[in-house]
Amino acid sequence: MLDYLLPRYKVLRDDGLCIRCGVCERSCANEVHRVDSELDRVTANHARCVNCQRCVVMCPTQALAIAKWPQVNNGSNNWTLEAMQDIAKQAQTGAVLLSSMGNPKPYPIYWDRLLLNASQVTNPSIDPLREPMETRVFLGRRPDVLRVNERERTVISKMPPQLRLDVPVMFSAMSFGSISLNAQMALAMAAEELGTYFNTGEGGFHRDLRKYGSHAIVQVASGRFGVDVGYLNAGAMVEIKIGQGAKPGIGGHLPGEKINAEVSRTRMIPEGTDAISPAPHHDIYSIEDLRQLVYSLKEATCYEKPVAVKIAAVHNVAAIASGIARAGADVIVVDGFRGGTGAAPACIRDNVGIPVELALAAVDQRLREESIRSSVSLVVAGSIRSSADVVRAIALGADAVYCASAPLIALGCHQCQDCSSGKCNWGIATQRDDLVRRLNPEIAAERVVNLVRAWNHEIQEMLGGMGLNAIDGLRGNRAMLRGVGLNEKELSILGVKYAGE
Amino acid sequence: MKRIYALERWCIDCKRCEVACRVFHSKSRDAVRAYRVEGDGPKGRIWVEGTRAASLALNCRHCADPACVQGCISGAMQKHPATGVVAVDQQRCVGCRTCASLCPFGAVRIEEVAGREVAIKCDLCGERLGEAGNPSCVAACPNRALIYVESEGGSHE
Repeated sequence: MLDYLLPRYKVLRDDGLCIRCGVCERSCANEVHRVDSELDRVTANHARCVNCQRCVVMCPTQALAIAKWPQVNNGSNNWTLEAMQDIAKQAQTGAVLLSSMGNPKPYPIYWDRLLLNASQVTNPSIDPLREPMETRVFLGRRPDVLRVNERERTVISKMPPQLRLDVPVMFSAMSFGSISLNAQMALAMAAEELGTYFNTGEGGFHRDLRKYGSHAIVQVASGRFGVDVGYLNAGAMVEIKIGQGAKPGIGGHLPGEKINAEVSRTRMIPEGTDAISPAPHHDIYSIEDLRQLVYSLKEATCYEKPVAVKIAAVHNVAAIASGIARAGADVIVVDGFRGGTGAAPACIRDNVGIPVELALAAVDQRLREESIRSSVSLVVAGSIRSSADVVRAIALGADAVYCASAPLIALGCHQCQDCSSGKCNWGIATQRDDLVRRLNPEIAAERVVNLVRAWNHEIQEMLGGMGLNAIDGLRGNRAMLRGVGLNEKELSILGVKYAGE
Repeated sequence: MKRIYALERWCIDCKRCEVACRVFHSKSRDAVRAYRVEGDGPKGRIWVEGTRAASLALNCRHCADPACVQGCISGAMQKHPATGVVAVDQQRCVGCRTCASLCPFGAVRIEEVAGREVAIKCDLCGERLGEAGNPSCVAACPNRALIYVESEGGSHE
């Protein structure tokens, strides 16, 4: 059958700069480039290019750039080239279209419609370089009443288990299997250095990473891969994953070819078998069932570790979050549809879920109305792109944020959305030895630490500008936000005033 | 002395070090000129051996007691007494290949420069003979598979 699919990208090579050194050929796992010494030129198989930009970065003479395939569309806004190519692909294969990373469709990004406040005249702004500025956050249940022995300056109330974050940013769940051990190692090293946490995802906890256990969050998801009592106690917090923002309502599938000896051992499943995480937890069909799992995990960890529950941002998220708080969770994680994934059906990724900004505002509001906000911490995830996004999220009611795409980009990820092929040229979403080796965790950890430190400086600057000297003063402080380009309903859900009000 | 160490664990066979070395040692120090114009001039002094599955960059170890210096019949190959850098004076080299055959690492090669065969080897990117600079291969390595650090033995050992 003639393949109607067009290449997506075109490799542009400046022949005047190309020195035929072959670095591009050796850098590309998709085998796009080929040095033809007889013709004295380098050729490209454009159809194989996924736009990961490894060759662009590696080329010693910057002779390369990747462009969109120059095919003009038919002028229709309806039958776009993209829509027609999807149909061509499905007509060819009969298969579900798979993709990776977060929802790329042009839904509104509410972060970009929220502006921050700053102090002028009537209240002083604070210079974080001259005065103390607190960015430390504690996650977990707050005691109902805090009793303090004032003479001895000690807390008498028994404190529930809490996590201490020196920066309000944690690294979201990415399993060993979906990403390489070197990538996980880099995040673990960075989390330790920054005084924050990384999340093992549903892939078990590799023995080489157990030394970072005090900075790890271990995940319990529907496949229960790698879970035993040792695993639960190896981390600082246990997270029950109900849903993921990129693919609400469906489970996961790590194909057998990615289950090598190490992944098999860590996940506690046979080598070469598919690792299938069911769509639901088969023991959770209600809030009461969730409560049983929450307390089973608390029993297993002797009530010494907080238990988090992570859900995707979907319709009725506020009511669901209220149920989760009442089920005994110490932390609720709300994950939005722009959050990444290693693989998801494109129809789910592109069409299911709601914007996380609205979900976050609705959840925080609901928990406050029901007077249970202090019984849980709220963490928001799903494409936090900058320090300003962190500040907006906290002002909308989050205690801290999870981010994963941003640290992956610091590691080299170029969001090509081809994670599921297992041929990540950056050594992140792959288990191939020669590719994994490209990610030296020492360099990678330094880059992630640099990123988060830079964000933290910026957060301090923004807090100072608002006249706040601690991140606690920003939490749920929607007076620090103003909307632009939003309608009445959006403003009311977000709980913010319009700019100028 | 500071030496270049190649770490097999992180070598990814990209050969950017080879390109950087060849460019630095070209007349123009320009990549396009080095490769496309100065055909017989610039040569590399570092080579990546192996395949994508396992590879390692190879260059001069600047040995404490270098066999190439001992064997040199013309006095062209010298170890600088102060810096410890082993370098070849191409004017004095007669291309006899003794150094190349004595080197236990295969880090010296004989190549034609300006119509004459001479020994070619790593000079740590020094601007003058026996002087260490900032090795261009180390700067070009994307994965810290080449590191330039003080050797544990100290001094020239």
